[in-house]
Amino acid sequence: MTKPTIIPFGPQHPVFPEPIHLDLVVEDEKVIQGIPSIGFIHRGLERLVEVKDFQEYVYVAERICGICSFIHGMSYCQAVEQVMNITITERAAYLRVIWSELSRIHSHLLWLGLFADGFGFESLFMQSWRIREKILDIIEATTGGRVIFGSCKVGGVRRDITNDALKSIVDQLLAYQKEIHEISAVFTKDKTVQSRLVDVGVLSETDAIQWGAVGPTARASGVAEDQRSSGYAAYGQLEFAPIVEQAGDSHARTVVRLKELDQSIDLIRQAVSKMPEGTIDVKVTGFPTGECFIRTEQPRGEVVYYLKANGTKFLQRLRVRTPTFANIPPLLKMLPGCSLSDVPILVLTIDPCISCTER
Amino acid sequence: MSEDLNIDQLQEITRTKFDEGYRLVQIGCTTISTEQFEMNYSFNRVDQFINYQTKISKEVSIPSISNIYPNAFLYENEIHDLFGIQFPGLAIDFNGHFYKTAIPNPFRGDQK
Amino acid sequence: MRFLGMIGILIKNLIHKPATILYPFEKKPFLDKSRGQIQIEIDNCIFCGICQKKCPTNAIIVQKETKTWQINRLNCITCNACVEVCPKKCLLMENCYSAAVAQPSAAVFTYSQAFTNK
Repeated sequence: MTKPTIIPFGPQHPVFPEPIHLDLVVEDEKVIQGIPSIGFIHRGLERLVEVKDFQEYVYVAERICGICSFIHGMSYCQAVEQVMNITITERAAYLRVIWSELSRIHSHLLWLGLFADGFGFESLFMQSWRIREKILDIIEATTGGRVIFGSCKVGGVRRDITNDALKSIVDQLLAYQKEIHEISAVFTKDKTVQSRLVDVGVLSETDAIQWGAVGPTARASGVAEDQRSSGYAAYGQLEFAPIVEQAGDSHARTVVRLKELDQSIDLIRQAVSKMPEGTIDVKVTGFPTGECFIRTEQPRGEVVYYLKANGTKFLQRLRVRTPTFANIPPLLKMLPGCSLSDVPILVLTIDPCISCTER
Repeated sequence: MSEDLNIDQLQEITRTKFDEGYRLVQIGCTTISTEQFEMNYSFNRVDQFINYQTKISKEVSIPSISNIYPNAFLYENEIHDLFGIQFPGLAIDFNGHFYKTAIPNPFRGDQK
Repeated sequence: MRFLGMIGILIKNLIHKPATILYPFEKKPFLDKSRGQIQIEIDNCIFCGICQKKCPTNAIIVQKETKTWQINRLNCITCNACVEVCPKKCLLMENCYSAAVAQPSAAVFTYSQAFTNK
């Protein structure tokens, strides 16, 4: 019987984009158990709601995370709009969809690059980020910022995109789609990449439900759940079906995200073709009262916003349940039985966004 | 949208939801006043979303549901660190060291 | 199953020009809508103070008695709220970002109308 040793993993590690700490109980290079430890960048953003005007809080909500920032701002605005019974205009809803999908494309390309770096394929990392730079240029041309968009407000959006600009965005994205397909071919068909991904970290469908997996982590195990099917913003008027794989290993999770890239480009193309004319915001008067739950789909999974308001200009409670917080227990289920060199791949395959997790 | 529940019914309702294949979405807590907290337990299956709410006083401890849903330990540790509510029976108990905060239980409402 | 699937992409990269820009010899052109820094046309300002109330980070300080308008560029998050609410439309968003400074106090810029009497 060999004695188990405990190896600390993180918070500073060359493959982790954000600080998460795992204590791995290891016997002879095989992991038996992992114990997580988070809390390095807890900022207490949920309590800021009590001192900031509810309309100004959008700026804080966007900065909960850097990668999924637009969808945080949009979910907060949707929650306040539902509590105050405000209906936004159609054009604002379509613009929000376009920016959400651009945010999803850039997030998945970032993840592909970091994932390739995780198993040592640096040139693939650089190729993915080269395409991502072009997407960030599109975002900067429409909103003014590369990562923090600053485009959502309670009652609509803050800036408009002209119809010519929308057409040119669609043409550019269809041109980039060819380069994305070249990279996807390397991820899915190359033999060296497959030997590191296939049958590593298998999560069965019942485990995915019982341990609370969300997003691509759950969809790669056969759970067909995607919050965009509920039809918030303008998604109800676009053709959309969740992408599901059955294998449940790291290769399946990569394939789900690669197919979602194509799906996002298609959703943007549909939204631009159906875009109505009109104004982009409505006037907001009064203060919110009541409570509500809002669930939207971030690139990493389902985010839940719970809002409780009591009629003053400060909200009483804001609770954000981010997707990585829900995906950490499935990670602990995947770890036992894998070898020590697979641990960075398994951690990266749930797409950890720790600044969201700890707000 | 939210159903009220008694704290004694929590274990059997959770067990029923687990057997029917529901996923635990989140466990949340709100400070209502200086004497009361309000807990939210949310479950989801396909497109059905159910939320249970219960009000508890500040000194009560709630039995943990991590023996039924294994991923509940993360939510209960966070609530324990931020609000000071005890959850006896946690599967993995961090004993108050989950988040490193400057003041203990910052969301409890005792201090500003 | 393929081996060496990246060879096609790598050969194309060798032939084409690099994807990066040779900074500082070439500079990347700023896009029209980029949010860089806030500028004010001080002659049109009426010192009403609405921009100070709307600023989420309290980066703007307006003093009506001395007719000065002050901004701390390091605190400014370029959210564009002040530009949208100014009644005289004398604030504008430039597309080049503010230059780096060695001390935090050097990022506070003051504009005053004291010497331009009408």
